Amino acid sequence: MDWMDNWSLALVTFLPLAGALVMLAIPKEQESTHKLVGLLASLATLVVGIWIVANFDYDRGGEFQYLIDRSWIDVINSRFIMGLDGLSLPLFALTVVVVPLVFIYSWNHIPEPGNPKAFLSLMLILETGMIGSFLAEDLILFFVFFEVVLLPMYFMIGVWGGPERKYASIKFFLYTLFGSALMILSFLALYQYAGTFDMRKLPELAQGIPHATWIFGGMFIGFGIKVPMFPFHTWLPDAHTQAPTQGSVILAAVLLKLGTYGFVRIAINILPEAAKTWAPVIAILAVVGIIYGALGCLAQTDMKRLIAFSSVAHMGFVMLGISTLTKHGINAAMFGMVAHGLITGMLFFVAGSVKERYHTLEIKRLGGLLVQAPKMGWILGFASMASLGLPGLAGFWGEFPAILAAYQPAEGLSVPLFRTLMVIASLGTVLAAGYLLWLYQRTAFGTPSEEFADDPHIHDVTPAEWIAWTPFLIAIVLFGVAPGLMFDVTDKALVALGLGA
Amino acid sequence: MLAWVKPVIDWHALAPEIVLVGTICVLLAVDVTLLERAKAVIGSLAGIGLLASLVPILTLATADDEVREMFGGAYVVDRTSLLLKALFVVAGYVVVLLSTNYVGEGDYWESEYYTLMVSSILGMSVMASARDLISIFVALELLSIPAYMLAGWRKRDPRSNEAGLKYYLMGVFASAVLLYGMSLVFGVTGHTLLSEIAAGVAETGNTPALTLGVVFVLVGFAFKVSAVPFHTWAPDTYEGAPTPVTAFLAVASKAAGFVALIQVAATVLAEPSADVWQVTRPVFFVLAALSMTVGNVIALRQTNVVRMLAYSGIAQAGFMLSPFVTLRVEQVADQLVPSVVVYLVIYAAMNLGAFAVVMAVARKTRSAEITSFGGLFTYAPGLTVAMSIFLASLVGIPPLGGWYAKFGIMRVLIEAQTGWSIALSIVLAVNTAIAAYYYLNVAKAMWFDEVPDGDTSPVPVPPSLRTALAITVVATIVFGVLPGILADAASVGPVVALGG
Repeated sequence: MDWMDNWSLALVTFLPLAGALVMLAIPKEQESTHKLVGLLASLATLVVGIWIVANFDYDRGGEFQYLIDRSWIDVINSRFIMGLDGLSLPLFALTVVVVPLVFIYSWNHIPEPGNPKAFLSLMLILETGMIGSFLAEDLILFFVFFEVVLLPMYFMIGVWGGPERKYASIKFFLYTLFGSALMILSFLALYQYAGTFDMRKLPELAQGIPHATWIFGGMFIGFGIKVPMFPFHTWLPDAHTQAPTQGSVILAAVLLKLGTYGFVRIAINILPEAAKTWAPVIAILAVVGIIYGALGCLAQTDMKRLIAFSSVAHMGFVMLGISTLTKHGINAAMFGMVAHGLITGMLFFVAGSVKERYHTLEIKRLGGLLVQAPKMGWILGFASMASLGLPGLAGFWGEFPAILAAYQPAEGLSVPLFRTLMVIASLGTVLAAGYLLWLYQRTAFGTPSEEFADDPHIHDVTPAEWIAWTPFLIAIVLFGVAPGLMFDVTDKALVALGLGA
Repeated sequence: MLAWVKPVIDWHALAPEIVLVGTICVLLAVDVTLLERAKAVIGSLAGIGLLASLVPILTLATADDEVREMFGGAYVVDRTSLLLKALFVVAGYVVVLLSTNYVGEGDYWESEYYTLMVSSILGMSVMASARDLISIFVALELLSIPAYMLAGWRKRDPRSNEAGLKYYLMGVFASAVLLYGMSLVFGVTGHTLLSEIAAGVAETGNTPALTLGVVFVLVGFAFKVSAVPFHTWAPDTYEGAPTPVTAFLAVASKAAGFVALIQVAATVLAEPSADVWQVTRPVFFVLAALSMTVGNVIALRQTNVVRMLAYSGIAQAGFMLSPFVTLRVEQVADQLVPSVVVYLVIYAAMNLGAFAVVMAVARKTRSAEITSFGGLFTYAPGLTVAMSIFLASLVGIPPLGGWYAKFGIMRVLIEAQTGWSIALSIVLAVNTAIAAYYYLNVAKAMWFDEVPDGDTSPVPVPPSLRTALAITVVATIVFGVLPGILADAASVGPVVALGG
């Protein structure tokens, strides 16, 4: 398996793209062929992904494995470097698992106006971009993959989205593009001083470079928009609400993590000193995001928009964990990313299916889901409990340790500030319980409203939905009872990055 | 001293131009012998002639790395000039492909059209090698005069007449300004050869007359590359001229203007002992910043794709002018010219592609209004995807060519680390976001909007347009994924070759 050791990362990155190219050659009328090819491509990616994760040497989780290092653009000294370590592994695994499940869900849920060829091939291109971003170890390569994600998502929202799709898609696009324009300027400035784009060497070479605070600032805006952090979050509720179910799931499960991953892997890892300067800003904005997101949720009348706002709050917890700059905090953040991906992804799936049955997501008009579709009602309940951080489910391990970590931030950061923020953030969990239970109460409890009482369209979970959803449910429980599965992996990588023993 | 010396002629180095001259002769001969029947073959002949001239370009490129000089250094064939010649010839070939159906179906004079087109390309090819004020001027006129006529080719349409006349008057005015500037430079230094001018400047130092001459020369070129505030001819000319000619002007003709600018900048302005740069740096800054911003802001309001592309072309010219503010900054001296050349090549690929799609769509809708692109995705998905690729590349989204072009420029500006260049890099970043809006506006119409008249019959795309689209799509993607190919070819610039 020498070949696999050397090339598996490139294979897993470009397999989806190959699938998309195959789909280009098939006429658009053969819709089921397209669904099959798309599913097969994503499953093949999953198989390679499983092989990679299974053969990963967990004892050396802090090192890059399956490393590829080939020349690419020599003139600018940028190389094709890909590697997998304990930090990228959870997010990589999340991506390769979520995408095929979304494909299964798409089997009989192609959103209006149809055209599975375009829809599914965009999703495959998206997968290539996401996997590539998590594996790239060269700033330029990372930037390229980071941007590859942009256009497919723009088209997914704009073509297959809801009534306000045009506005939402252009907002998403312009926000992100503005962020990445500043990000690339920062990367160039880094190169200017450190002389390399190689992310493995940069932490060492970038020590003590001038203007580090400014360079970090450019990345802060670039990644902060993607996360999204308050006050750059305004694109998210629109994008999430208008996107088709598949788009929302991928956005929530994977895309937002590109921002947080960028913070951990690039901004903080390369410029730890500048990160200390910025940490209070990040922490304050994170906590503002938690409270603002929660209050936003309480004000929503649309189920999908509510879930979208809850993302702002949850990503706030992740950013709070990151801002402590400690191993505990970032471990929690890594866990929070995956947990949020699973849980919020699940919630968006349910929201999509509710929308499909009731043709509305207006909370006022819903109700009695447990009566009309009991299994789906229970799944919604389960996912809400997980989302509010119930111990024993995955959500808990993302939030609670992040709050705890704020008790003792890294050396040099203001302890009183972080402890104050800790208290405010814990209030956020109460609010989270509030809005999620209230949502659940209004949509699932009670009796169905008159207009839907005898609607024959409303049926319970279908087999395709079961296949797509079960892995999410299992993972939420599994990581809830055995969080060590993930902490062990990320911990080694963080130690290797020099964040405490 | 003035005794006649027979120049040594390197036939191999001149072969590309000789093939082009031969093509022009063949086209003329076929036209006068076959008369009307010539129409059937003339376009193909022009295309074959252009491709044939690629052969010596390739043999020259692979032969060795040596720089071939002729006529006492007035005519130089090096790697950069070969890359540019290849650009002109391939761009010309794509334009011929775009023209085949347009000219054939529109009841125009055909044989003369192609003859003039090839003549103009010959001028560009000469420009790539010209290192002497006289040969630069001759090349510029050789490439411009046929273009003036081509712009007015739709002679029954008053807008085309307007296009041709405006372009002609402005072009001639620019030539006059340029020539006046050249005469001043010659008067001060006593030389026409760029390298000798540089040496002369080093001797005499800077004088007001020289500064004036250089500024006049720059203004003359600024007209050619449609930089603000010398851009006013461009939108009307672009809209009125036949669309393939517009593509030709927007890409090849503009590139030729930049080539001339590069030659002058890389030798005369880069001369260490001359301090003309103190004057030219602000001039370039203003030209670049104004072109980007004004071009983009006006492009935001356009409802016609061709006009939008015209204004965006002005903005793109601003991007390409930006690296010139780093003239005489040592740490980027060897990157300045390659960054502009790479931008020119990538810009040619994506912009020609965009024009190809506009023409293909206009065959059905008879319109270039952005609204006429509405719902294109539902009935012409292939064209929509191609257009989206070109637009995304023009925005600068990786992994499409445009990102590397912009990246190269930004890199030069940041590494130069002067106040002017850092300020310009921020202007450039902001303009990238502005430009994204209007490029995406077209994408939005194609993907998200309804078909305006409900007519969803497929768009017939003739084979020549298909070929043009294939060439430009492949080039746009390959230059983005493997920009190394281009960057290597452009890396030995005239600065290095001439020891600047």
